[in-house]
Formats: sequence, C-alpha cells, structure tokens
Amino acid sequence: MEAAFLVKGLRSAFAGPFELDLGAGACAAITGPSGSGKSLFLRMIADLDPNQGNVWLNGKERASMPAPAWRKQAIYVSAESGWWADRVIEHFATGSQSDAATLAARLGLRDNVLNAPVSQLSTGEKQRLSLARALLLNPRVLLLDEPTGSLDEESVTRVEAVLQERMANGTSILLVTHDPKQAARLGSQHYHMMAGHLVTA
Amino acid sequence: MTPILLTPFDISIAASLIILDAALSIWLGIRLHRQLAIAAARMVVQLVAIGYVLKFAFSLDNPLATLLLVIVMVLVAAREVAARPERRFKGNSNLVIGAISVGFATFVTAILALTTAIRPQPWFDPHYAIPLAGIILGNVLNAASLSLDSLLGSVRRERPAIEARLSLGESYREATAPLVREAIRRGLLPIINQMSAAGIVTLPGIMTGQILAGLDPLEAVKYQILLMFLLSGGSGLSALAASYLAAWRLTDERQRLRLDRLA
Repeated sequence: MEAAFLVKGLRSAFAGPFELDLGAGACAAITGPSGSGKSLFLRMIADLDPNQGNVWLNGKERASMPAPAWRKQAIYVSAESGWWADRVIEHFATGSQSDAATLAARLGLRDNVLNAPVSQLSTGEKQRLSLARALLLNPRVLLLDEPTGSLDEESVTRVEAVLQERMANGTSILLVTHDPKQAARLGSQHYHMMAGHLVTA
Repeated sequence: MTPILLTPFDISIAASLIILDAALSIWLGIRLHRQLAIAAARMVVQLVAIGYVLKFAFSLDNPLATLLLVIVMVLVAAREVAARPERRFKGNSNLVIGAISVGFATFVTAILALTTAIRPQPWFDPHYAIPLAGIILGNVLNAASLSLDSLLGSVRRERPAIEARLSLGESYREATAPLVREAIRRGLLPIINQMSAAGIVTLPGIMTGQILAGLDPLEAVKYQILLMFLLSGGSGLSALAASYLAAWRLTDERQRLRLDRLA
C-alpha cells in the first residue's frame, strides 16, 4: 500500500532521525516520558523548528510547497493552546462560524462558548477549542500533542468520537498521549519515544 | 542682537549650586555627594571636549570629516539602542539593527531638512549638519530602542499565539503583525508626548537656547516647530525600521519563529 504520509531521516540537533510511514486514515500513537522529544517530533513535522530530512504527503514533498501551505495540510495542535484576540469567535474564520458552533457542541462545550472572552475559558475548553480551530480547516494530517490532557472522561469520549470520524474520512493522525488506554483505543500503529528516538511498541 | 557671552566667573557662580547640593547631601546623610561631584565633573569635561571637537570640525569645513563625525555619532547611538532591550539577539544583530534603523532615520530626516527647509550654503555646512544630526539622533535612538525592546519582549511572551497562527497556515507576517504594530506604536509615544506638551508643560531646549541667545521668540518657535516635525518623522522611520528588522531577523525561509536566535 502506498503510504499517504511518509517521514524519512527527519532530524534536528535535539532529536531524531525519525522514520514513519502512515496510511490515509491511520493513527500513530506515540507515548513516552516527558522531555523525550515527542512534541519536538510533531513540531519538526509541522516545520516549526529547524530540521533536516524529508516528509511527503500523498506523494508531494514538504520542501516543494511554501511553509504556510504545508502547515495548513498537516496542522500541529500544541498542548498549550495559543490565543491572539480577546474573544473566542475572532479565532475562527468568518465563514466557518456556524460550523464552529456545531463542532463545539459535539465536543461538549457550553452553549455560547464562541462569544465568550478567551480570558474566561478553562484549560479544558481552550484545549477543545484549539482542536476545533484545526479541524475546521480539514487538514489531511493532524499532529495532536496531548489533545485530551486536561479533559474529564465524558469530554475525552466526545473528542475521540470526533477523531474516529475524521480518520474514517481519511485524515491521518499523529497522536502524542500519556494515556496508554487512549493510545490503544485510537492508534493503529504504536510507538514509544525514548531520548529523542522513536521505537515501535 | 548679540548673545550675552558667559565668562568663567559667571559659570563658577552657578557651580556653587553644585557645592550647595553636595553640602546638603553631607548634612542630610544622603551620601550622594560623591556621585554628584563625579557627574558634574564628567558633564563639564564631556561638554568642553565636544565643544573643541565641534570647533575643530567647523574649522576643517570638510564634508568628509563632517560625515565621519556623524557616522561616529550614529555608531554610539546604535550601541545604546542595542544595549537597552532586556532581550537580545545572539551575536551582534542588536547592534546591526540599531545602526541601520538609527542611521537610516537620521540621514533621511537631516538631509531632507538641510536641503529643503534650512538650506545653509553649502547644505552640508557642519555648523548646521552636525548639531541637527545630533538632536535627531537623540530622539531617533529613543524611538528605536523602545520599539526593539517592545518587539523582543512581546515575541517571547506571545510565542504560543504566534505559533498557533503559524500552525493554522498563516504567514509569519500575519502572525506577527499585531506585535510589529505595537512595537512601532511604543517607539512613537515619546515624540507624541513631546509634541503635546511642547510650550505648555515644557519650553523645548532648542527654543529656550535660541531665545537666550537673543533670537526673536517667534523665529525660535518656527525653528522648534520644524524640529518637532523632523523628530517625529525620524522617530517614525527608526521605529518602523527597528521593528521590521527585528521581526525579520526572528524568522527564516520556512517562516518559523526563531526564538533560538535570542540569547
């Protein structure tokens, strides 16, 4: 089978080299101790940190497209979400606001959360909203860094249901998680990160 | 009208005020008399020295010597711009950004003023060029260092927001635009304050000097107005240059945010 997402010799001064081969709609679950390089790996794929090596998506190489175009197809959702305006709604594109409301409801967020000021959001709400922000752009690949780290059980179930649905539609996921059960539930490939190296689990 | 020239005796009377300050310091135990004496001595030595330098530069009346002196002044100002921010680039990028932004703004505004408004013969007459460059430099330095400080501070504070925008496919330019705007705004505040307060809260130094030297107050006012326009133009240019250069130095060909370039 031709891999949809292929990583070869990806490395930086701090981690790697990494090899990865992920089919369309597959999920690579990565576990490992804090500071072992899991986030660095996702950041390198998204080209947020300097790195060498090659990444292909559906046969197209990363280096052949401008960085913003690449990042839009392989969206990195960090564990610590970032906000640049006062209100939640301002972080969503103008055309996507009704879709945003629907998705927010599916993720178990309170009504009207989109009109709230960012300063009033809980950590769990921020985490789900930053995931929603990425999902609405329909990326081919999702690079998720502990997407359910601060969520209660019910919210975790809701987030996972949305992710499963995306995978069924062909979106590939790289999932960094501290929860081995979540890795087992979502992952079709399992890896363990140890001191900047990826080992098959 | 001829200016009233000061004799060394006139100045020594004023210097007795420093002695009064020092006496107060000893009497009240403020323990500032040493610093006060050193600062006063430094001031006298520096000003007399620059007086001789100016006199020498005026006597040379050589465009190249004038240019050289202005370049030295720009480099000293650039060092101040580079040293001010709490956050610095590794290597000498701070200095390069300081020199380019301050030098560019000073040369553009000074040459504009000398060739269009003041028009001495020739336009690079050191009597006009050097003092004008000096006063523009002082303001432009302020603007550039405030902008640089603002940008380097906010970029680190706003890292999660910038990287979230980059991750969603925005360009580096879009992701950092609010920070660059804020940095430019910060650099322009002092000159806006100066212009709003001019004449009400403070009598600007140049104008006061010219009135003391015997110039008609309205003529002095015209000079001051011209100068304020020059200073605001210069501040704008240097704030813009410092902010954009720093933002540009913090990214690379893949539009990453390169905080690793900060010390």
